[in-house]
Amino acid sequence: MQISEAWLREYVNPAINTAQLVEQLTMAGLEVDSVTPAAAPFSGVVVGEVLSLHQHPDADRLHVCRVAVGEAEPLQIVCGASNVRVGLKIPAALIGAVLPGDFKIKKSKLRGEESFGMLCSAKELGLAADADGLLELPPDAPVGRDIRDYLSLNDAIIEVDLTPNRADCISVEGIAREVAILNQMSWSATQFDKIEVSFQDAIAVSVEATKACPRYLGRVIRGVNPKAETPLWMQERLRRSGLRSLSPIVDVTNYVLMEMGQPLHAFDAAKLTGGITVRWAKPDEEVTLLNGQALKLDNEALVIADDRQTLALAGIMGGKDSAVSDTTQHIFLECAFFAPQGLAGKARRFGLHTDSSHRFERGVDPTLQERAIERATQLIIDIAGGSVGPITEVKTEAAIPQRPPVWLRKKQIEKILGIVLADAKIVDIFQRLGMDVEIQENGWLITPPGFRFDIAIEADLIEEIARIHGYNNLPNSSLLMHSALSQATEARLDIDRVKDLLVDRGYQEAITYSFVDEEIQKTIAPHDVFISLKNPISSELSVMRTTLWCGLLKAALYNINRQQNRVRLFETGLRFVTKDEKFQQQKMLSGLVLGSAYTEQWGQKTRPVDFFDIKADVQAMFGLTDYRVQFSPAQQSALHPGQAAEILSPGGESIGWLGMLHPMLEKQLGFDTGVFLFELDQTLLLNKCIPRFKPLSKYPSLRRDLALIVKEEVSSDDILSCIQGCAEQTLQEVVVFDVYRGKGVDDGSKSIALSLILQDDSQTLTDFEIDAILNKMLETLINEINAKLRD
Amino acid sequence: MSATLEEILAQALEKLAEAKDFNQLDQARVEYLGKRGLFTLQMKELGKLDPELRRAAGQVINQAKDQFQQTLEARKNVLENAALEERLASERIDVTLPGRGQNIGGLHPVTTTLRRISRIFGSVGFKVIEGPEIEDDYHNFEALNIPEHHPARAMHDTFYFDAHTVLRTHTSPVQIRVMESEKPPLKVIAPGRVYRCDSDITHTPMFHQVEGFLVDTDVSFADLKGVVYEFLRAFFEKDIQVRFRPSYFPFTEPSAEVDIECVICNGEGCRVCSQTGWLEVMGCGMIHPEVFKAVNINSDDYSGFAFGMGVERLAMLRYGINDLRLFFENDLKFLEQFN
Repeated sequence: MQISEAWLREYVNPAINTAQLVEQLTMAGLEVDSVTPAAAPFSGVVVGEVLSLHQHPDADRLHVCRVAVGEAEPLQIVCGASNVRVGLKIPAALIGAVLPGDFKIKKSKLRGEESFGMLCSAKELGLAADADGLLELPPDAPVGRDIRDYLSLNDAIIEVDLTPNRADCISVEGIAREVAILNQMSWSATQFDKIEVSFQDAIAVSVEATKACPRYLGRVIRGVNPKAETPLWMQERLRRSGLRSLSPIVDVTNYVLMEMGQPLHAFDAAKLTGGITVRWAKPDEEVTLLNGQALKLDNEALVIADDRQTLALAGIMGGKDSAVSDTTQHIFLECAFFAPQGLAGKARRFGLHTDSSHRFERGVDPTLQERAIERATQLIIDIAGGSVGPITEVKTEAAIPQRPPVWLRKKQIEKILGIVLADAKIVDIFQRLGMDVEIQENGWLITPPGFRFDIAIEADLIEEIARIHGYNNLPNSSLLMHSALSQATEARLDIDRVKDLLVDRGYQEAITYSFVDEEIQKTIAPHDVFISLKNPISSELSVMRTTLWCGLLKAALYNINRQQNRVRLFETGLRFVTKDEKFQQQKMLSGLVLGSAYTEQWGQKTRPVDFFDIKADVQAMFGLTDYRVQFSPAQQSALHPGQAAEILSPGGESIGWLGMLHPMLEKQLGFDTGVFLFELDQTLLLNKCIPRFKPLSKYPSLRRDLALIVKEEVSSDDILSCIQGCAEQTLQEVVVFDVYRGKGVDDGSKSIALSLILQDDSQTLTDFEIDAILNKMLETLINEINAKLRD
Repeated sequence: MSATLEEILAQALEKLAEAKDFNQLDQARVEYLGKRGLFTLQMKELGKLDPELRRAAGQVINQAKDQFQQTLEARKNVLENAALEERLASERIDVTLPGRGQNIGGLHPVTTTLRRISRIFGSVGFKVIEGPEIEDDYHNFEALNIPEHHPARAMHDTFYFDAHTVLRTHTSPVQIRVMESEKPPLKVIAPGRVYRCDSDITHTPMFHQVEGFLVDTDVSFADLKGVVYEFLRAFFEKDIQVRFRPSYFPFTEPSAEVDIECVICNGEGCRVCSQTGWLEVMGCGMIHPEVFKAVNINSDDYSGFAFGMGVERLAMLRYGINDLRLFFENDLKFLEQFN
């Protein structure tokens, strides 16, 4: 909400400057977002009066005027505006004036006629974006007075960002009340004289939805002048409140809205049929709103209707058919209290948010309606004339929000705020806040006023004490509390350790959106069941990822398009999958690598990264946990069928995948190089084996090498598990140190060279014993995987 | 005879001086000291001499031999030194060339920031707990005292899957989840991704928050202020000004926004702080009695505070990053700046 500082200071005018006032509001919880001048800087413009004028001899559209500007002699000023006329009061820029945009006014000659100044439009003074001719000042404007003084343009527009609990402050009076409290000053609400009722006709009002509309006031005003214009002072106040001047009737309702915080609505009485009813809409009932929006309603919409049609969406926006226009002479003025619970969420359902709904949803003072309708009546009559009928009121007392007293315990103040305040100070704070204070033993019974919708429990009162006392005047204490020794779980590795490992191995951490493009999701994981957002921000961010690869591939492309030809990324985060009809949010760790294995360097030949480079990274992670995993050849739709491994736990659970992006996807996504990916389930990855000590052997270890020829289909793992199957106690380690194909080895076969390290706990192994061990292993290898010893 | 010996010695020394390498040096040694060496032969000749002269002649030969031997050693040293010099010269490398192998990567600045926050709070016993990102309406709103149609919901711009399932709009639901399953005293921080249906220069639809809360007997607003003060000073490694402003969150009361003195202009007023000299960095407050009620904690026995902060915001202030969107583009040129 934005308000004019000058308007505010008419109610309460503490001896502090704008900056101090703003600081005070902010520190009281009414956060000021911005302070802007009410008008752009300009000078040398006074109220002028056109005394006489004649047509410019050489220009059809120009007039030569004599303008009184409060000096001894009137000035001759040439003017091209169409509304210039004798007797008109206008802003006149004198010689030496500087208008917004650093536009300097000098003595000039227009087609031979001398001009000693310029008559100004609202636009030229920076008061409006557009203008139609000169700014017309009221007839009583004092000639010669500086226009900035006259229009009080040396004003500031203060924009306050109010929190939803402070409904009582969404008006100038509301802010004034708060400023008075903060400065310990008195203030009073707008004073005005009620207009006498001059006829007895009234429109009948019936309220069916009494809970949603506990109070409804209406009155007829007849014979208003449709040609009347909103006075400049009101237009200016509305402008500074961020509202546009539309017509006197609408302007008055907006003005009272800003002044008191009470929304009002004026209907064109000539367009009403019969009485007014406040009720829930019927199924499929329709209404077209002021903004042209046509709505189909249901029984959750609160409406104002007459005997014939729906007139308005109650408390939100009026209807088009019954709106006042520039021919309206008789109006029906509505001023109601709609309960916050009755209006909550109603505007949002239709994508609406209006000044009216904003206030009703948060809470309008239920005692305010009579004063507000009288004030609006008085302003309408003052501006547009007319005569006034009686107020019709329908009130359901039981539905009006009650303000039961709230019990405040003295000890609770100290417990929550950590400070002891004098009783008198507490009483003073609540009395200043307009609350009724009843002193009890060990505490107070406090009754909030009607305009406070946010005081219902003890904590609300304690917050008020803190707020008025000043948060920064409350003590700070250092942390004193129960503490316990923290745990140092060893069976789980911290994910940070794994991230550090990847960083040390040249990976850059990425963070990508958890929602991804549906098409990419389907392309990368066609078999995964994903879930979609109901209200995505765009189609590119519309479904929840079932694999982190979606984001990493996109990030890799982003970088390739920016001349990066080597990318190593990893990401940790959730994937969102449905497994066995159960929805899961799984913590994953994924990586992507493409380009050369190492950055281009003088000391090493450049070569593209391959499967085994990435496998080394993945194995290094499992090296941290000493968790014996298996890399099993398997099919994954996103991966190359010949370069994909499923990573299995010792118990056979799938921990994740490692492999090369399928060449089809590589092409489809727009890569021109091989991409390698891994994705691991963090829960399984981080299982750590707590080490168990094994005594060291005192005897020497011996190495024997073995070169085997096997068929291509036989994997390295097959050979190793075959050897392990022999359960040889003295075997300490087996290493594959060479794989060879070519001369001396038949097509379809390969040679695998192994080194075996043998060591016994109780003796030095003899050659004879070693030969026996190797022969036994060889026999198993020949029998089980058809291996041959290479000559 | 002694003239002959002198000649032999002079020749021998010349040979040594001419030896270019160890091979030539060794040849000279054999030539003079070997079995058939010239000095050896001289010694053999001694037998033919009169025993009276033998002793003196032997001394002379031995002197010549010693001189040869010493010169040989000296020459050997010279050659060794020369060889070492040559090796050192030939093995000289350009030590300014870069090292070989993999270069190091780096963590995302959000992670670095989260780690620092966790470490600061971890040092006084706060436990890190994470929660789900797809949340139910109850934990994200209801239990936090934000009933349906509450105006605060409109401030959250929620992503929905269905009427009751949302992407969490803040990390506060972790507060509920922890208090549902554990009993006070509690000291927890909950970092993680949160989502709001909002995207422009200063908003991304996903960002990170850290929620922190503490529940115990007799926790007061003064404790909250103390913790927040100390945290911000530790985080920015600077004795910065901190102020607390009344604000409103449905799940805390009293509620406060916390401002720090602008770290860009040191409170002088600049574009980043909209000339105010202050920057809003977190929201906090005393846990609302309604929240305690939802998790069956008696608010007469216990009190607590909670705070929440935007991680990207803190990272931007800490590292001077001027565009929020950079965090999720994953441009290597951006990421590598934080290695």
